[in-house]
Amino acid sequence: MTCLHGRHIDPVVFAGLDGANWRLDGYVARGGYETLRRILNEKTEPGKIIEEVKASMLRGRGGAGFPTGLKWSFMPHRFQGQKYLICNADESEPGTFKDRDILRYNPHAVIEGMLIAAYALGTSIGYCYVHGEIWDVYERFCEAMEEARLACLTGKNILGSGFDFDLHPFHGYGAYICGEETALLESMEGKKGWPRYKPPFPASFGLYGQPTMINNVETLASIPSLIKMGGKAYAALGRENNGGTKIFSVSGDVAMPGNYEVPMGTPFAALLELAGGMRDGKKIKAVIPGGSSVPVVPGDVMMQTNMDYDSIAKVGSMLGSGGVIVLDESRCMVKSLLRLSYFYHDESCGQCTPCREGTGWLWRIVRRIDAGEGLPGDIDLLDSVASNISGNTICGLGDAAATPVRSFLKHFRHEFVDHIEHKRCLVQT
Amino acid sequence: MLSEKAYQKIDRELEKFPAGSKASAVMAALAIAQDEQGWLSAETMQEVADYLGMPAVAVQEVASFYSMYNTSPAGKHKITICTGLPCALAGAEKTAEYLKEKLGVDYNQTTTDGQFTLKQGECMGACGDAPLLLVDNKRMCCRMTGEKIDALVEELKK
Repeated sequence: MTCLHGRHIDPVVFAGLDGANWRLDGYVARGGYETLRRILNEKTEPGKIIEEVKASMLRGRGGAGFPTGLKWSFMPHRFQGQKYLICNADESEPGTFKDRDILRYNPHAVIEGMLIAAYALGTSIGYCYVHGEIWDVYERFCEAMEEARLACLTGKNILGSGFDFDLHPFHGYGAYICGEETALLESMEGKKGWPRYKPPFPASFGLYGQPTMINNVETLASIPSLIKMGGKAYAALGRENNGGTKIFSVSGDVAMPGNYEVPMGTPFAALLELAGGMRDGKKIKAVIPGGSSVPVVPGDVMMQTNMDYDSIAKVGSMLGSGGVIVLDESRCMVKSLLRLSYFYHDESCGQCTPCREGTGWLWRIVRRIDAGEGLPGDIDLLDSVASNISGNTICGLGDAAATPVRSFLKHFRHEFVDHIEHKRCLVQT
Repeated sequence: MLSEKAYQKIDRELEKFPAGSKASAVMAALAIAQDEQGWLSAETMQEVADYLGMPAVAVQEVASFYSMYNTSPAGKHKITICTGLPCALAGAEKTAEYLKEKLGVDYNQTTTDGQFTLKQGECMGACGDAPLLLVDNKRMCCRMTGEKIDALVEELKK
């Protein structure tokens, strides 16, 4: 029920949802599939759709923030062979839980978004790769897909237009790394999720070596409304260079953890208020604003920052996936980093030595500092291991593991020093 | 040996993929096999490998890579708890301690009556509903308290 609280500002993806109206008839009553019908009736030029998406300044909602329209334009238009479209629903970045709510409460928005994308990109087969741990959501999405198929909205000759698009669900089985595009492709090909070298990028060499477009759930769910209102109008919902609305998953020490959809550029302070403010009236200490892989920001700085890609970059962090983890004054930063470091150590796929070995080192060093057994050189050692991982791995997981360590040391170094000198935590005593 | 029903389910998975891409169904096939047999033995993996025309080692590689496959015998019910940072901030570590005490086992152990295996999981993509438990890979239990855990364990014992 993390998005059914009505505490959104100008929502697009979460507009009009009540938890019961996720089915096809509910979606159609909200104006669903009107955009697809119009496109198919008018035989809209695919290039025009891509231009609208470019004009919307929609940036990929999975974490990278890459402009979606530009990404779509990388797909080879005149390619005659099979092309694929994949919805990346392998959401598992700690602090991020928006795709789960979109898939279970507004699944047809994702399906219509995929249909429009498939039409624009000339792909006739699509897959939705759903995170392993959310089986009930996978089942619901399958049900929605079946509704769409029975209504001739997917399959062959959709609504008599001659446009074909077969959509299939794919269920992951527990691997954070498969949220990385090329690891996801490997997984879909029946292999362990080891990221590929890039280039070539999936748009030229993707699933089964064919051109493939991979977009996040929230990105695709935004497409029908974006095309309906027009790219410029969608862009105007947000701020310059940061088009539209964004769903923020707010977790941690707030009164009402949940998903909140707000216009890009909304002040963090307003978002915190939507989430009920700090739990038990405690003071804010720190915020990880874009999922666990982005740099932590001190609370007082965050209270002066707006929630968009550029504003968060200015305070040295990233908007990432929109997973906002809030920590209050009672939290020990060493213990908090320990949880993050264990995660990356556990989830490193093992392909690149710096990440496989380095994430283990990071975790073990933070663990001994937390246990009061830290050595005088441990902070330098953490810095050194983190910098030897960064930039030396095939995919971004290595950087994602190193970033929290470096940012925690940057802003909260004294807590690590205290732990080592006093052999105990001074924050929680 | 997997049942006829399991093979029918695997066949339905195979229909999703283009000809010559049978390996794409391996993750689903292993999940179906595990649902039926409780865990993935070397023999089960060999059977899946033979059916999909893959080397057994390639199937084992997949089974050992993804965390939700049981590559050793597990209890009748597997309870996985997430202790990532957002869950920890919602008290998941205390929840984990409560579970360990209640079941009398540590992570990766099975109760002596063979009923429960406890696992430490990682991000399940539902942090807003923490503390979270995943029961038998398919049932997510949200905002868990001691009381709710007591009721859950009683229900699963039946």
